[in-house]
Amino acid sequence: MAGDPAPPTTSAGDLRRDLSGLDALELAGAARERSRLATVLGALWPKLLALALAVLVWQVVVWSGWKPDYLLPGPAAVARGMVDIVPTGEFASAVATTMRRAVTGFALAAVIGFVLGIAVSRIRVLRAALGSMITALQTMPSIAWFPLAILLYQLTEGAILFVVVLGAAPAIANGVIAGVDYVPPVLVRVGRNIGARGLGLYRYVVAPASLPSIVAGLKQGWAFAWRSLMAGELLVTIANRPALGELLDVYREQSDSLHLIAMMIVVLAVGLVIDALFGQVDAAIRRRWGMTGG
Amino acid sequence: MTTRADGTVREDARPPDDAVRPAVAVNAVGKVHGRGGNAVVALDGITLTVEPGEFVCVVGASGCGKSTLLSLVAGLDAPTTGTIDVPGGTPALMFQESALFPWLTVAGNVELALKLHGVGRAERRERARELLAAVHLADFARRRPHQLSGGMRQRAALARTLALRTPVLLMDEPFGALDAMTRDLLHDELERLWRQRGPAVLFVTHNVREAARLADRIVLLSSRPGRVVWQTRVDTPRPRRIDSPETAAIAADVTARLREEVRRHGG
Repeated sequence: MAGDPAPPTTSAGDLRRDLSGLDALELAGAARERSRLATVLGALWPKLLALALAVLVWQVVVWSGWKPDYLLPGPAAVARGMVDIVPTGEFASAVATTMRRAVTGFALAAVIGFVLGIAVSRIRVLRAALGSMITALQTMPSIAWFPLAILLYQLTEGAILFVVVLGAAPAIANGVIAGVDYVPPVLVRVGRNIGARGLGLYRYVVAPASLPSIVAGLKQGWAFAWRSLMAGELLVTIANRPALGELLDVYREQSDSLHLIAMMIVVLAVGLVIDALFGQVDAAIRRRWGMTGG
Repeated sequence: MTTRADGTVREDARPPDDAVRPAVAVNAVGKVHGRGGNAVVALDGITLTVEPGEFVCVVGASGCGKSTLLSLVAGLDAPTTGTIDVPGGTPALMFQESALFPWLTVAGNVELALKLHGVGRAERRERARELLAAVHLADFARRRPHQLSGGMRQRAALARTLALRTPVLLMDEPFGALDAMTRDLLHDELERLWRQRGPAVLFVTHNVREAARLADRIVLLSSRPGRVVWQTRVDTPRPRRIDSPETAAIAADVTARLREEVRRHGG
């Protein structure tokens, strides 16, 4: 094939110029990416506006005198209550206990969810047997597990962990299963064609291709874990070990709705912050893959 | 590599000993999808050889099993009957969609193919750089696939396909989704790279002009089930143009045969 005769049409140089001209034209239309700061600010202001509206509605209800002040305090009073409790040692130790349980439970759920998800997506019999059961498990309110968990583990960390894992693992497993199921078949074919076999196919093709779905499963699993944990801490109180959920119950017993609401806001905030972290990871993947619309 | 009807794939121990041994030998291959009442005969008794360095275009209407044929030759699927011999090992395969991995850069996609074949890091870098330069994508090596146009993605996929240095390339309508101008340029590009590197190409398309533009030989498949019904040699000198009178005349001839074949399926 060597020794091309003098080409009557496009020479190699012409071809290169044609292609690079066409490339430049086709890429020119692509939208320029906005700066990171502009994106963050753009996403932030609607949230801040919604928050301001919620606080306003709360204040209006308080002003209307629907309930006496000591039962339903206003936003300003609760903000002062927050300043009371947050610097205390009890609060710090409650946050530490709750976060330790959340991290342990979520990590355990992630391991179990992964193993389960991979097993179900790989083994046909398991899929037939467990596929729908995993989804069914997800619809079971986690608080309904507590009576049994308490009988099995008494009022211990074990009871809480048991329910947190049961709450979060199915969502994580479903994320893995969906991820593996929806790997585009053409990517698997290409992977096999370029030499990825067996575990290599999983490592280089299936795992990265299912990453977005796995992250979505982890995000949902976190939401379930956090809800289960709060339910657990309300029911399973362990002496001399304050926890966020338990403190809610303590303030309720003291009819201290000021600090109760302050604590609820803390619980909400922790959940939101971690959800936002997963959201960041998710957005980073979508950016890299070009899955963002536009 | 030999793929048999029972699904066994055997890598040949002995090197190709005689020069005339075909690059691809498809012998009486049949393929049935599904079984029982739902069985569909995709291919029926296909016999086809591709000589080393030869550019063969397979054309046919929909349902002729063109893509099935390539899957079988690539060893991604086993024939129901017959055997397929590809003495040079698993051929590289390219699709209509670029099928680049979206989580890797353009260079990363090319390098992964090399990595999976045990090529060391430094050599991977060097070879990927050389391949991307060959498809005029040197400046886009660090981009991600979604940042490229469709034509650029197909060139990146071509670089990945060439990375394996297989003696046979299988192409499944690789330019089918591109606009006419991009497609014409990629024909020039593919012809140039093929002449430089000399692999045998088995190229499937429903675009008759494309076949006349590229092929040394055009093979016409019938539809449902796919059978080889006609073939013709194309001796137009290269490099060719898609709008030359020679190419148009060959395309007209193939189109007439294809119409005849399609008409058989009408009422």
